Amino acid sequence: MENLIPHFVELIRRAATDLPADVEAALRRAHDQEEPGSAGQGALAVILENVRMSRASSTPICQDTGTPIFYVYYPAGWSTLALKKQIREAVAEATAKAYLRPNSVETLSGRNTGNNLGDDFPYFHFEEWEEDYLKVDLMLKGGGCENVGAQYSLPDTRLDADRDLEGVRRAVLDAVHQAQGLGCAPAVIGVAVGGDRASSYIKSKEQFYRPLDDINPDPRLAALEKRLTEEANMLGIGPMGFGGKTTVLSVKIDSLERLPASYFVTASYMCWADRRRTLIYRDGAVTIE
Amino acid sequence: MPTFDLHVPINEADIRALHIGDQVRLYGTVITARDAAHKYIMDTFIHPPAIPESERGLYEELKRLWRGGIIYHCGPVVSRDAEGRWHFVAAGPTTSIREEPYEADVIAHFGVRGVIGKGGMGPKTLAACQQHGAVYLHAVGGAATLIASAVKEVLAVFKKEEFGVPEAFWVVRVEAFPAVVTMDAHGQSLHETMLAASAQRLAKLIGRHS
Repeated sequence: MENLIPHFVELIRRAATDLPADVEAALRRAHDQEEPGSAGQGALAVILENVRMSRASSTPICQDTGTPIFYVYYPAGWSTLALKKQIREAVAEATAKAYLRPNSVETLSGRNTGNNLGDDFPYFHFEEWEEDYLKVDLMLKGGGCENVGAQYSLPDTRLDADRDLEGVRRAVLDAVHQAQGLGCAPAVIGVAVGGDRASSYIKSKEQFYRPLDDINPDPRLAALEKRLTEEANMLGIGPMGFGGKTTVLSVKIDSLERLPASYFVTASYMCWADRRRTLIYRDGAVTIE
Repeated sequence: MPTFDLHVPINEADIRALHIGDQVRLYGTVITARDAAHKYIMDTFIHPPAIPESERGLYEELKRLWRGGIIYHCGPVVSRDAEGRWHFVAAGPTTSIREEPYEADVIAHFGVRGVIGKGGMGPKTLAACQQHGAVYLHAVGGAATLIASAVKEVLAVFKKEEFGVPEAFWVVRVEAFPAVVTMDAHGQSLHETMLAASAQRLAKLIGRHS
């Protein structure tokens, strides 16, 4: 396999220091909608200036560079072992270059491994696909917003939430309310309906790879996404919890099969620093979007 | 909302003039302290009958700098130049609520006038702010490069070897550090207000099935 390590380092640098255009545009729209002179608008002005400065100086947008989550799609015949080895080397190198903060702590000893590597760090998902090129999706998932993710098992008496889309709606609004500003609003909310507890959390986070302005192919979910985005913003929590019109930038929902006994609704929270980038390797050429 | 410039050391009257929602810009000396630092302060300076001789120097320095001064909940990314000087590279706030058990005592003991962090703090800290004349200042979470650029100089670092870079006491000089007052010295907390207001709106949105 060709040495792609420098390209993976570049993928990480771009993800950590250069916010995707759709996220930045959404933050700019949010800024323009907030009350002039309000603390919420002030927070968004600081955020936008920070995004600009981080891009110019190639320094992390947020000092918490999160869990690097790699989704690797490869054509038949590729070695996932070799890919993993190269990406891990790139992670260590990106850490040495201060694109990433050393963020991997051995839980029992409290020791920071110093290079963002551990038995289970970073996180990988490998999938062979029918395309003839390699695609690597990377997101950096911060800790503050990870802490406010929530999972509900329906029916839920407190929320009067049944096993239907109305129940999903109630659970998601409750999750946004519980989070307040703690997850660094405005957020993208990734929702999974169904699955087991673990697969539901994974599916909820996979929503963060979607462009903010895409339309869900399932019209029922498309309608719920639109409604929940509007209703979550009616809560008035606002940027950083300072109050205001923008609490979420978008809500993204997917479903997965469940057991007859289970009906999970999982809401993962992505802070405004919604850092994701994609590397494509095709015919010997690399592009990063 | 008005914007206030605060220069450290800050006097009580300037703090009492602030209300939740006010935007401030900070100038002067700020010291970072997060989880390990707060536990150390409690165990070494506030609880024991006598302060160990080895720790007295740091104690006097903190007393001097925190009288009218500022605590910042932050674990920075730092770099060191060829001359050995430290620089802040990325330095946004960390979640403050973890220091809730300690902060009221630290504010009272040292005469701290402001605590910078994110996410707000609880009733014990709010009461200490009211009693002693202090405010909680909310920085913009994630705005790490911008805030690092407001840090003009690293003046000193304490306990770096013992606590590690993110947990050390970093004494820095800031200029125009942006923050919002979310807990004031009048017993008001924007976090409590927002929680109550959004709970009412939530109840409207998901009221009982008709």
